[in-house]
Amino acid sequence: MTEFVKPSIDYFELWPLLAVFGVACLGVVVEAFVPRRARYTAQVALALVGLVGALVGVVVVARDVTTYDDGAARGVLAVGGTIAVDGPSLFIWGLVLALAIAGVLLFAERHLDGGVSAFAGQAAAVPGTDAETASIAARREHTEVYPLMLFAVFGMMLFPAANDLLTMFVGLEVLSLPLYLLSGLARRRRLLSQEAALKYFLLGAFSSGFFLYGAALLYGFAGSMDFAAINEAVRNDVGSSSLLLIGTGLLSVGLLFKVGAVPFQAWTPDVYQGAPTPVTAFMAAGTKVAAFGAIMRLFYVALGADRWSWQPMLWIIAILSMFVGAALAITQSDIKRLLAYSSVAHTGFILTGVVGLQAADQLAVGEISSLQAVLFYLTTYGFATIGAFAVVGLVRDAGGETTAIDRWAGLGKESPVVAAVFAFFLLAMAGIPLTSGFVGKLAVFSVALAAGAWPVVVAAVLASIIAAFLYIRVIKVMYFDEPVGTGPSVAYPSVLTATTIAVGAAVTLVLGVLPGPVLDLAGVAGEFIR
Amino acid sequence: MMLTVLILLPLLGAVVTAVVPGALARLAGVGFAVATLVAGVVAALQYDAGDGMQLTETHTWIESLGVHYALGVDGLGLLMVLLTVVLVPIVLLAGWNESEEPGNSGAKAFFAWTLALEAMSLAVFTATDVLLFYVVFEATLIPAYFLIGGFGRSGRGRAATKFLIYQLAGGLVMLASVIGLYVVSADAGTPSFLISDLAAIDIDPITQRWLFVGFFIAFAIKAPMFPVHTWLADTTEKATTGTSVLLVCILDKIGTFGMLRFCLGLLPDASQWATPVVVVLALVSIIYGALVAIGQDDVLRLIGLTSLSHFGFIVLGIFVFSSTGGAGAILYMVNHGIATALMFLVAGFLIRRTGTASIREMGGVERTAPVLAGFFLVAGLAACGLPGLSPFVSEMMVIIAAFDHHWLVGSVAVLAIVLAAFYALWMYQRTMTGAGRLGAVEVRDLDRREVGVLAPLLLALVLFGFYPMPLLDVINPVVHDTLAGVGIGQEGGHQ
Repeated sequence: MTEFVKPSIDYFELWPLLAVFGVACLGVVVEAFVPRRARYTAQVALALVGLVGALVGVVVVARDVTTYDDGAARGVLAVGGTIAVDGPSLFIWGLVLALAIAGVLLFAERHLDGGVSAFAGQAAAVPGTDAETASIAARREHTEVYPLMLFAVFGMMLFPAANDLLTMFVGLEVLSLPLYLLSGLARRRRLLSQEAALKYFLLGAFSSGFFLYGAALLYGFAGSMDFAAINEAVRNDVGSSSLLLIGTGLLSVGLLFKVGAVPFQAWTPDVYQGAPTPVTAFMAAGTKVAAFGAIMRLFYVALGADRWSWQPMLWIIAILSMFVGAALAITQSDIKRLLAYSSVAHTGFILTGVVGLQAADQLAVGEISSLQAVLFYLTTYGFATIGAFAVVGLVRDAGGETTAIDRWAGLGKESPVVAAVFAFFLLAMAGIPLTSGFVGKLAVFSVALAAGAWPVVVAAVLASIIAAFLYIRVIKVMYFDEPVGTGPSVAYPSVLTATTIAVGAAVTLVLGVLPGPVLDLAGVAGEFIR
Repeated sequence: MMLTVLILLPLLGAVVTAVVPGALARLAGVGFAVATLVAGVVAALQYDAGDGMQLTETHTWIESLGVHYALGVDGLGLLMVLLTVVLVPIVLLAGWNESEEPGNSGAKAFFAWTLALEAMSLAVFTATDVLLFYVVFEATLIPAYFLIGGFGRSGRGRAATKFLIYQLAGGLVMLASVIGLYVVSADAGTPSFLISDLAAIDIDPITQRWLFVGFFIAFAIKAPMFPVHTWLADTTEKATTGTSVLLVCILDKIGTFGMLRFCLGLLPDASQWATPVVVVLALVSIIYGALVAIGQDDVLRLIGLTSLSHFGFIVLGIFVFSSTGGAGAILYMVNHGIATALMFLVAGFLIRRTGTASIREMGGVERTAPVLAGFFLVAGLAACGLPGLSPFVSEMMVIIAAFDHHWLVGSVAVLAIVLAAFYALWMYQRTMTGAGRLGAVEVRDLDRREVGVLAPLLLALVLFGFYPMPLLDVINPVVHDTLAGVGIGQEGGHQ
C-alpha cells in the first residue's frame, strides 16, 4: 500500500471549472432561501455572471497557460493528472460557455408564452390534475432549471478535459443527470416531455453502464485508469489485446450514445421533440461539443497508438450515421424531430473529421489537422443549432409551439425575417458556401481525405446530397407552399431570445465568410497533452 | 481592383434594391445593372488581347486552408463577363411588369435576386482560386432558387427544388474533387487552391482521373448534358422567361467554362483519357435534345431542350482538342447566349399575350403581331444555324473540327442541323402561321419597350454573323494556351 499523497490542485488553471461549479451550488442555496418572486431575477443574474466570469477565466488562462513538456503542446495536468487543461480543453470550455450563455438567455425567455417560461409550473403535479391547474393559475415556474443547467455545464467542461477514465465517467454523469431532469420539465405537452425524460434516462443509464464496464476492462488491460499510462501500455503491447479491444468497444458505446451516432441514435428524436425547446437547443449544441471533446481525447491520447483497431469502426459508424440520419430526417413531419435526425447526420460528419487523425509528421506545413477541423466544425454546428432551435420556439399557434412542418407553410410571407433567418440556419446545416457549415464540412472532409479515408468522404458527399434535400424541402414549405388554414403566427420574443438568434446568425455568417481567425485559434490550441 | 468593383456593384445594387421603397426599386435595379454594364465595358477596354490572366488581384483569404481571394480574366472569362453584364439589364427591362403580376413575389424581389445572381456569376467567371470558384459557384444557386420558386407558373416551387437538388448534388460531388486538389497540393509541399499553383503540380494520372470524374459530373449537370439534364426542361417550363435567360444563357455556361478551365486546364491527362466517353455523351445530347424538342407542346420546354442540343455542340467542340473546335466552342458559348436569350424573351412576350404556352392552342399570330413573329422567326433561324446569323459560324467550326476528329462524329453532329431546322421552323409554322386557334384573343404586337429590349440581341446576332473576328481575336490565345497545356500543338490532331 503506497502512501496517499494529497494532489496539488492548480487553482488558477481550474478557475473556470470551479467558478461554474461554485455558482451552481450557490444557485441551490438561492433556491432555498430567496423568496419566490425574486428567484427568477436572482437565478438568471447569478447564472449569467457565473458563466461570463468563467468565460473570461478561460480567456485569461488561455493567454497564460504554460508550454507543456517538449513544447509542441501547451497546458498543465491538474489535480494529480486527472484533468488536462490544454489547448483543446480551453477551446471547448470557451465554446461550451458561450453556448451556455445563449442557453440561459433562452431559458429566461418569458415573452413567448404569455409571461411565463417554457418550463412546467410544478413538475411534480400529475398532468391533468387539479394540482397542475392550480400551479398554472398561480403562474408558478421552476427556477431550479438554472442551477441544474450550470451543473450540466460543469459536466460538459469536465468531460472533455478528463485525463483518466474515472474522471471522464464522473464528467459524463454530471453532464447527463441534470439533462435527464430538464428534458421532463416542459410546460406544454407534458406527457411527451416526461416520456422523453424517462427514455433518455433509461437509455443513458444503460450506456453509462457500458462505459463503466469498458473502463474496467481497459483497467484490466493497462493496470491504470490514466490515459498516458494506457497509451504506454498500448505502445509496449503489454496485457491482453482482447481486453483492450472489448474495452475500447464498450467505451465507444457509452461515448457514441452521447453524440447520438448510429446505432445509438434511437433516443435523439424523442428527446429532442419532447424536451422544452430551450433545453433541446442547449442540449443539442452543448452535449455534442463536450462529448466529441471526450471522444477525441480518449481515442487520440489513450488509444492513439492503436488507431488501426478503432478507425475502421469509426469509419463504419460515421457512414451509417450520415446515411441513416439524413434518410430518416426526410421522412419526418415534425421540425424538432427533423432537426434531431439531422443532428445524427452531423454526428456522422464530425466523425468523418475524427477519423482524419494523422501523426503530426505526416502533415504538410500549414495543412489543417484533424483536431483543428473537428473543433471548428463543433463551433459552427453549435451556434447554428442553438439558433435554429431558438427560431423553432418562436413559431406558435394557440396550443403552443407549432412544430408540424406543413403548418409552417407561408411563413415566408407571414414573417419574412424569421423565415429568412431560419432558412439561413438550414442552409448552414446543408453546408452551402458563405455559411459556416460549408467551411466546417470542407475542413472535416479535407482531413479525412488527407488521412486516406476516401470511402468515408465519398459517403459523406452522397449523404450531404440527401441532407441538402431535406433542408431545402423545409425552405420550400416556408416560402413557396400555400398556408393551411390560418397559417402560422410568430410570437415576438424579448431581447433575450432575439440576442441568441442574432448571435447565432452572426457567427454562422462570419465563420462562413471570414473563418480564418477561428480556424487559427483551433490551430493554436495545438495538441492534447498527455 | 476593376474586377472587384465589377462584382461589388451588382451586389450593392441587390442590397439597395431590396431596401429602397417599392416605387424606386425597379429604377434602382436597372440603374445598377447599367452601371455594371459600363464597368464591364471599361474592364474590357483595359484588357489587352494577349496571353494569360489579366486584371489580376490576389489576397489571402483563409490562410490555414490555402484559400485566396484571387481574380483575373483571360479571353474566355472576359467574354463570359461581357455576356453577363449585357444580358442582365435586358432581362430586367423585359421583366419590368411581369414580376409585379399577382402570384409572383414582386418586382423588388425579382430585381434584387437578379442582381445578386449577376454578382455571383461575375465572381464565378473571374475567380482564379479553385475554392473561391466553388464558393461562388454554389452561391449562385440561392438567388437562382428564389428566382425560379418565386416567379412563374404554378408548380414552380417543385421545379425550383428539383433544380436546386440537381445542382447541389453536382456541387457536392465537385467538392470531393476540390478537396482532392487540396490534398494533392498539400502532399506536394504547401496547401494552396490557386489555379496557378495547382497547374504547376504534376498530378499522377490515376488521381487525375478521380478528380476529373468529380469535376465533370458537376459541370455536366450544370451545362447540362445527357443523362443529367432532366432538371432543365422542368425549370424553363415553370420559371419566367427572364429567369430562364439568366439560367440557360449565363449560369449554364459555367459548366462548359469549368470544363475548359478545370478539366482541361488542371487535369489534361485525364481529359484525354475521358474523351471517348465525353464525345459520345455530347453526341447523344445533340441528337436526343433536338429529337425531344421536336416532340414538345410547351414552347418553353421546347426552347429549354434545344439548349441541351446546343450544349452538346459546345462540349463536343471542347473535347475534340483542336484549335478550330476549341475556338468554335467558346464562340458558340457567346452565340448561344445571345440567340437563346432572344428566343426565350420573344416566347415570353408571346405567352403573356396568348395566356398559354401550348403550341397546339396557338396559331396565326403573325397576322396581328408581325413584328413579334419576325423576331421569333429570326431567333428560330439562328437556332438552326442559318448563314449570316452568328450561331452559324460557331456551329460550322465545331462540325469541321468534329469531322477532323473522326468522320463518324462529324456525320452524327451534322444531323442536328436538319433536326434543328425541323423543331424551329415547325414551331414557327404552328404558332405564327395559319388560322388563329386562340378564339377571341387578339394578339397585340410588341410595344416600344419590348422592341427596345430585343433589338440589341438581334443586332448582335447579325453583326457577329458577318464579322466574328473581334471575338475570335480574344478567343484564340485562350484556346492556344489550353491546348498547349493538354499537350497538343496549335495545328490540332493527336500526338
